[in-house]
Amino acid sequence: MELLKDKKPISHLFVITGLLLLFSTLIFGTIGAFQYVFPGLYRESFSFEKIRPLHVSSAVFWILITACGSVLHYLIKKRNGLWSNKLAQWQWFLFTIAVVVILITYVLGIFGGREYWEFHPYLAIPIIIAWILFLINVIKTIKDFRKQPVYIWMWLTGTVFFLFTYLESYLWLIPYFRSNIVHDMTIQWKSYGSMVGCWNMLIYGCSIYLMDKISGSEKYSYSGISFALYFLGLFNLMFNWGHHIYTLPAPKYIQYVSYGVSMTELLLLGRIIYYWKSSVNTARKLYHILSYRFLLAADLWIFLTLLLAIAMSIPAINIYTHGTHITVAHTMGATIGINTFLLLAFVCNIFKIHKPKTEKRITAGLYITLVALPIFWISLIIAGVLKSNWQMHLSNEVPFSAMMQSIHPFFVVFLISGIILTIGFFVIIGNLLAAYFMKTQEN
Amino acid sequence: MSDRVKVMTLIVLAVSFLCYTLFLYKENYSSNAEYGTMADKGKRLWQEKNCNACHQIYGLGGYLGPDLTNVYSNRSEAYIKHFLQNGTNIMPAFHLTEQQMNEMLAYFKSIDSSGNASPAKLKPNYDGTIER
Ligand code: HEC
Ligand code: HEM
Repeated sequence: MELLKDKKPISHLFVITGLLLLFSTLIFGTIGAFQYVFPGLYRESFSFEKIRPLHVSSAVFWILITACGSVLHYLIKKRNGLWSNKLAQWQWFLFTIAVVVILITYVLGIFGGREYWEFHPYLAIPIIIAWILFLINVIKTIKDFRKQPVYIWMWLTGTVFFLFTYLESYLWLIPYFRSNIVHDMTIQWKSYGSMVGCWNMLIYGCSIYLMDKISGSEKYSYSGISFALYFLGLFNLMFNWGHHIYTLPAPKYIQYVSYGVSMTELLLLGRIIYYWKSSVNTARKLYHILSYRFLLAADLWIFLTLLLAIAMSIPAINIYTHGTHITVAHTMGATIGINTFLLLAFVCNIFKIHKPKTEKRITAGLYITLVALPIFWISLIIAGVLKSNWQMHLSNEVPFSAMMQSIHPFFVVFLISGIILTIGFFVIIGNLLAAYFMKTQEN
Repeated sequence: MSDRVKVMTLIVLAVSFLCYTLFLYKENYSSNAEYGTMADKGKRLWQEKNCNACHQIYGLGGYLGPDLTNVYSNRSEAYIKHFLQNGTNIMPAFHLTEQQMNEMLAYFKSIDSSGNASPAKLKPNYDGTIER
């Protein structure tokens, strides 16, 4: 709690906690990949049903806590302080306690067992309270809602809808909502699909704020096009989640709604291609060079991920990708290539990293991840394609274990590239934290 | 875009979202595992042991092990119990009691009766939709 006492903005605490969670994400991800390659590794003591939630929950909380920290930080900048620092401190405290307890319960084998939020439902309570504190702080700090830039709208809607979708994901506790597996899964994935859209609202909002800073112009964040794209994003957040459950025997209209809505994402894709070149030309902003590089890296991955996502939103293609490692490629591609890179851009900016030596090392780390990530991604996609072929044509003759054996070489590539990716991120995290604490001492 | 247009757009979107949501909530396609039944207890057990980290239901879950939506009709009860008791070289032995194994079987039976999870059973159309 030392950090709470001095004059540093509270957002720093969120970011440091986030970076530690990114570290644990990588450690547990690597152990999980080892278990793919060496079947039965730690089967008795630390098997995959513990490792997977340790990895995935660390990842989710890295994203959530750092996104909240970034929003708070930029609100402080924009409004010369928060409505209440106390509230933000409590939010951080509740989040951190909850996450620590969650990770410990996984190690002990205590689960609630719902995907992504695999902890006991009781542990959702501090998270919900923390989120309500966050919501109050965001609303009170913004205060005046007239003529606001688009990122303020994004932070507000992201925060409000997150609370809704998070509560929705616990409806299964009411017997009515869990008594039919198909209905239960429909509501579950409806809430998850929208929830991811909500944290993306927070993160994309921050990146628009940061791009304003880098380019030195606020024109974009007040423009009609930015609001049009924001509403398009919100529309997709609300209605395009159906691709998670196309293959379930749920009512057909869910398929049609989601398929139709997803196709509007093509507009986003078109815009990215169109603006790609002009964004590259602003490379002159040397002062923000690190953040700028992470933003560019994310831009590339937004393009790749959107391409895959749009393909997967077409039901006739989805039946080939669903239930295979293509889904994992998509999820990790998005959470690493988009979310993690963008969040790291914010961290570089929040920590004000400008020392040439640190800049150089972090850039080296980024390049390592940029080489490893495509290999990591493609190895999962190939494993997924082969599994898909088995699912569609061979599952009656070839046993599951033989199929897994046949795609083993791609898991080896997945593991090796995953280790390199981990090393790249370690270089980045290590240098960020070292530079930060060095600066703190100098001051 | 004026603030008024923005707020109106937001309201229209939010109201349609709420209507769609409520519509989906009320669509409980005939429940087949009422509260407190064996199947419901089996579901809780499935969650408490986090079987979903390695297995999928309707293709959703972790990917180290096979999809178990239709394991009940594809395998015998004795076969399933054998896995639950002994595990495999990857799956840990969960040492479930006889009662717990029966609850798990009841759960498998209930999800099996909800439909077929094999994507091979779906027919893609040229317009990109799929047919059951
Ligand atoms: C660490 C991963 C892991 C966990 C956790 C796990 N399983 Fe398994 N399970 C497997 C693997 C892998 C196989 C396939 C073994 C093979 O085919 O060689 C399997 C096979 C099975 C089978 C036989 C399927 C078939 O068609 O042959 C059943 C039934 C089963 N598991 C049930 C469960 C239940 C119930 C739980 C939770 C209590 C569970 N498993 C937890 C990995 C796991
Ligand atoms: C910033 C880094 C990372 C993030 C944010 C991240 C995030 C995720 C997420 C969200 C999932 C769930 C996927 C799904 O359900 O479809 C996942 C699964 C997984 N990840 Fe990562 N990941 C990261 C890095 C890594 C690395 C470096 C490795 C390996 C070396 C790894 C190995 C795995 C494994 C083995 C799974 C489980 C796949 C399965 O379900 O069978 N991850 N990760």
